[in-house]
Amino acid sequence: MKKLLTFSLVSISLFLSGCADTTSHSQGVYMLIDSSGTYQQEAKKAQAIVNYLLGTLQPGDSLAVARIDSASFSEKDIISKMTFDKRPSVTNQQKRLFKQKVDEFVAAVKGSAYTDITGGIMQAVEYLNETGSGKKYVLIFSDLKEELVKGHIRDFPIQLSGCRVAALNVTKLRSDNVDPREYYKRVEAWQARVEAGGGRWRVINDLERLDAILAD
Amino acid sequence: MSFSQILNIWPDSPALSSIIAILGAVLLLYLARITMQKAIFSMSRVIHNGFRMMARSVLIAEKKVVERNKEVLLNAGERAAEQMIEREFHRVDAAVRRDMSGYPALQRTLAEQIAHIDEDYRESSELPVPPPDWVKAVETLAKLPSKGDKWLANILGDIHKTAVAQHKNAMEEYRNACSKRHSLLDKMMPYWRKLSQTLDQVDKRIIGLHERTKVVDSRITEYEEIQKKTDTAAHMLTSSSITQFFISAFVLLVAIGGAVINFNLIALPMSEMVGGGSYIGNFKTSNIAALVIILVELAMGLYLMESLRITHLFPIIGQMDDKMRTRMIWATFIILLILAGVESALAFMRDRIAADMQALRQALSTVETAQPTTSWIPTVGQMVLGFILPFALTFVAIPLESFVHSSRTLVGVAMAAFLRSIAFSLRLLGNIAYYLGEFLVNIYDLLIFPALWLENLVRNKEHQTEIKDMTDINDIIVKEEVSQ
Repeated sequence: MKKLLTFSLVSISLFLSGCADTTSHSQGVYMLIDSSGTYQQEAKKAQAIVNYLLGTLQPGDSLAVARIDSASFSEKDIISKMTFDKRPSVTNQQKRLFKQKVDEFVAAVKGSAYTDITGGIMQAVEYLNETGSGKKYVLIFSDLKEELVKGHIRDFPIQLSGCRVAALNVTKLRSDNVDPREYYKRVEAWQARVEAGGGRWRVINDLERLDAILAD
Repeated sequence: MSFSQILNIWPDSPALSSIIAILGAVLLLYLARITMQKAIFSMSRVIHNGFRMMARSVLIAEKKVVERNKEVLLNAGERAAEQMIEREFHRVDAAVRRDMSGYPALQRTLAEQIAHIDEDYRESSELPVPPPDWVKAVETLAKLPSKGDKWLANILGDIHKTAVAQHKNAMEEYRNACSKRHSLLDKMMPYWRKLSQTLDQVDKRIIGLHERTKVVDSRITEYEEIQKKTDTAAHMLTSSSITQFFISAFVLLVAIGGAVINFNLIALPMSEMVGGGSYIGNFKTSNIAALVIILVELAMGLYLMESLRITHLFPIIGQMDDKMRTRMIWATFIILLILAGVESALAFMRDRIAADMQALRQALSTVETAQPTTSWIPTVGQMVLGFILPFALTFVAIPLESFVHSSRTLVGVAMAAFLRSIAFSLRLLGNIAYYLGEFLVNIYDLLIFPALWLENLVRNKEHQTEIKDMTDINDIIVKEEVSQ
């Protein structure tokens, strides 16, 4: 009888452990906001995107917003980061707090001299890997023109496996208007870099289609 | 040496080689004709018979299924008819008991009413005393001519006055008597009315009983038909079962709609309890928890209905003793009540969470939107819905039972139809195989038609020679007979 009971318990526990879902269904989003001189005026648009993300993300998801400045591979550049609670009511409170922080940033945003996009992406990947999210999104709100401080080394491959990278509102620079090939070259270079790192690349310039950000 | 090289007898003349090869092939095929025909026919017959045997087996199986269906259907119908008849008899019994218990009082009422009417009638039939006959004689005397005699005239005048007074009195009395009679007859009216009402009541009861007996008669006829196991009864039960199937399926669909509404009402607040981000498989734990609550409610509803002996899905519950059954009724009812309360609370929580989410969305939205109306009506509505739906879902047990029972018949009918179609297909395949054999033989003959044509030619010639020989012999015999 005792043996039978032990056997039953072991079978049930094995069955339950077999059924347990090990895959993570949560989403992690890391948004990089370019705060360089040319892009400073676009901060309001970035705020709208953050608001959209706050309205879309579910309890258990993670969201972080960071600025791209002269040296972005740093926690100091993170404006706000949060993994939302499992309870919807607590999540709503967290989202309100998050919104407040982003609003404060947008109100007092200062332009940076350089644009270290690579450092920001590396920081994003690090954060997203830590959250253990099932789906990882890196959103780059920038014109994708990287300008590094002399001495900073960023010309090496970045590891982006399992990350979906989306460039948002990639504005055309004055020089792009002179030679549009520069714009395409810039975008293609980033695409090649992301895909070489194992990530998936997308460009979303139409901010009316924000639902495409988290679509697979 | 390859096959093509063998066929190429004269390498310099491929056409001739081909013709020779074809002729050789035709010859070979002609020689093998009878054996080949036999082989093809036997092959087609084997396939044909195989398919026929398979079709026969399938038809036997179909027959068994049909018989089993009929048996199941008739048994179920017999049981249902027995229950119906029993219930009708109970109703008749109740009606008879109720009406018969009222009959002594009814009879007494009727007797009293009749006595009253009789009495009144008798009283009203007493005529007033007519004026005495001598009055007429006196009146005649009073009207006699006085012929100038003053004394006689006075006497006659007095007599006349007396007669008139007497008449007046008599008329007065008569009128009084008539008025009394009319008042008596008038008093009879309510008794008549009451009597009529009482008799109407009796009539209605009798008609009611009569109707019931008609129903019992029709049920008994149905029962007899079922007991005789006639095809009519089986058809009737099948069609009734199919109707039941569709009706119960429709009601179940309605119930599923209710369950979906219920699910949506409690799925969101469940995420507050079990967490919104956890998953079991590909499904949210909160959704599964909400589903489990609804399923538990359904199960409790089934047990309640079963304990109340409204449905008979679980014989073990029906067989319980009354005390245990009553306990079960109370237990399931209390669980249902608690679950209904939980659902009501969850509905309230859902309203709060939804309002909070709406407020957050508004805060996040850059566009100015209309302020939502803050009314307690939707909250109360959701709470009431959350409380009522578990009890409403309890009644799903009734259509579910009908669905289960009728689907047995429907599955049986579908199975029989499926087996019939398989048998038909097998027979068709068998026949195709048979005629395919004939077709192949004809094709074979077509391939060797030059040889067959030659054979025909030779046979005709032989036949003609035989006929000529026969004619010659006949001629000789005739000539010999003539010479003799």
